[in-house]
Amino acid sequence: MTVNHDWATRTASAKEWVVEDVAAGTFRVDRTTLVDSAVYEREMASVFARCWLYVGHESEIPRPGDFRARDVGNRPLIFWHGHDGVRRVLYNTCRHRGALVCRVPEGNARGMSCFYHAWTYASTGALNGVPGDEGYGEHFDREGMGLLSPPRVDSYRGFHFVCFDPDAVDLKTYLAGAAEYIDLVADQADDLEVVPGVHEYSMDANWKLFVENSLDGYHLLPLHKTYFTYLEQHEGNTLDRNDATEAVDLGNGHAVIRVHGPWARPVARWAPALGEHNRPGIEAKYQELVERYGPERAEMIGHTDRNLLVFPNLIINDIMGIVIRTITPTSAGHTKIYQWSLATAGEDPDLRARRLDSYIAFQGPAGLATPDDLEACEACQAGLRTAPDVAWSDISRGMHREHTGQPSLASDELQMRAFWRRWQSLLD
Amino acid sequence: MIPTGLTSPVIARTAPADAARAVREPALICAVSQFLFEEAALLDEWRLDAWLSLFHPDAVYLVPTPEDLGGDPATTLHLVHDTVPTLAGRVERLKSKHAHAESPRSRTRRHIGNVRVWQRLDGLDVRSVFQVVRVRGGVVDRYAGVYEHTLVPRSGTEPDWLIMRRRAVLDHSIESAGGQLSVLL
Repeated sequence: MTVNHDWATRTASAKEWVVEDVAAGTFRVDRTTLVDSAVYEREMASVFARCWLYVGHESEIPRPGDFRARDVGNRPLIFWHGHDGVRRVLYNTCRHRGALVCRVPEGNARGMSCFYHAWTYASTGALNGVPGDEGYGEHFDREGMGLLSPPRVDSYRGFHFVCFDPDAVDLKTYLAGAAEYIDLVADQADDLEVVPGVHEYSMDANWKLFVENSLDGYHLLPLHKTYFTYLEQHEGNTLDRNDATEAVDLGNGHAVIRVHGPWARPVARWAPALGEHNRPGIEAKYQELVERYGPERAEMIGHTDRNLLVFPNLIINDIMGIVIRTITPTSAGHTKIYQWSLATAGEDPDLRARRLDSYIAFQGPAGLATPDDLEACEACQAGLRTAPDVAWSDISRGMHREHTGQPSLASDELQMRAFWRRWQSLLD
Repeated sequence: MIPTGLTSPVIARTAPADAARAVREPALICAVSQFLFEEAALLDEWRLDAWLSLFHPDAVYLVPTPEDLGGDPATTLHLVHDTVPTLAGRVERLKSKHAHAESPRSRTRRHIGNVRVWQRLDGLDVRSVFQVVRVRGGVVDRYAGVYEHTLVPRSGTEPDWLIMRRRAVLDHSIESAGGQLSVLL
């Protein structure tokens, strides 16, 4: 096959970047979208400045004064529990000349003082100190000069989000079908908490490649052979190719894949890795879910493994533990990832320890699997330098199922098509 | 590039907290330093089975996340928390050509200095400063931090000690050094 030298004639129209032909069974994405810095600029304006983005979990700032500095959509923010009891998200920039007001990752503070000219803000964001304020005239609007909040801030089941678009739909509407998958996580326990510590890592590849990877059931066995070998040898678990799986388009670009993995789940599928002495507790926890939610929903909460995408860049993996991951581009070819572990508050300390061990063996920047995922994305990015000549990526797997009304499998690419269709509609 | 990472104000002290006694004998400090250099060479030369054999069967290998330096792996997310069986699994994986992030393998060079030694009842506590230079795919990454070794004596065979605890404490996030940590630190 000869290459297609159509770079010069290729278009800047998002309509032609994602091309679906149901009759032909093809779904193609123009590789320009993964390498072009102009596309990245458009994404920042059309996707990251318009969609609801995850900031943090309520458990990360439990007491008044608690704060976390966060970088969301490439904007520095402060997630701060005010002394009036309200959790807020504030722009981390002094209203005077712009310096970061908060310059540490986390802590507890009644107020914060900008180190440049010592303007001081309360934990509500209010400006309550301006040195030498006789230097300002009577029209200086002190009340209007508090730290600003993004135009839209809301939370769902303890997950706090912001949106930089004042005209955006409300969070619950935005979440569409993803809300009930967040429920499946939130219903695991009365109280969930983010475990201390963050996995902060990066890759030299386009952010969308890692979104795809995070929802990709097709790559597990070929790419992660060494991890599954390890799992078999150390935990006695194997991934069964014949287990039922499903991929679901949840609307608004959100999607989920569901599998029954070989992993032990702290809530609530016992396996030897969790220790014999934890078995009665985990089985009792499952019974509790059955009594509370009925057998069908208990099965969904406690026995299915799910990788959820909340468009554009939040992944919630509920597998051998709950992982919250955000994927943010810093350029067309570089991506920053933050990842936290969410766990049942007050769970048995031994179970907590095993939950963390099981998670970091698999995921995170030094896990036995994630580095290979990053390597795969970076290898794609390197290969995509051929984009002027080799124009298209293929995302058609499972289209014959999708368009004949059959359930899609986790190893299909329905979930990526859901993402790309939404992406295209926002850039169009 | 605008720095987006923020640094914790906490500067951890590296000396052991308990009442261990600082070792002053040059011969012992020299022997311990030599042990660390030999260990580093085994890692840099990918002689991973030999490296693994330096560990006591009950040993742990830890890499905390950079902002939670004092953390306990049972309660705090770590980058690495391995016992000898899981470390053996990690080594087994790294030896495979299917460990794609390390296939082809990184070249590393460990620079170890500022070696300090304390006597414990049952062995030695050692602190050293490291820089690991990692080269892969034409990219040079640097990891910087402190090694904490707890060594227990063994008699009859070389070397004189086994590693009971080995912790590599980074001064920076992985985000700024290679993006991930597929090598043994």
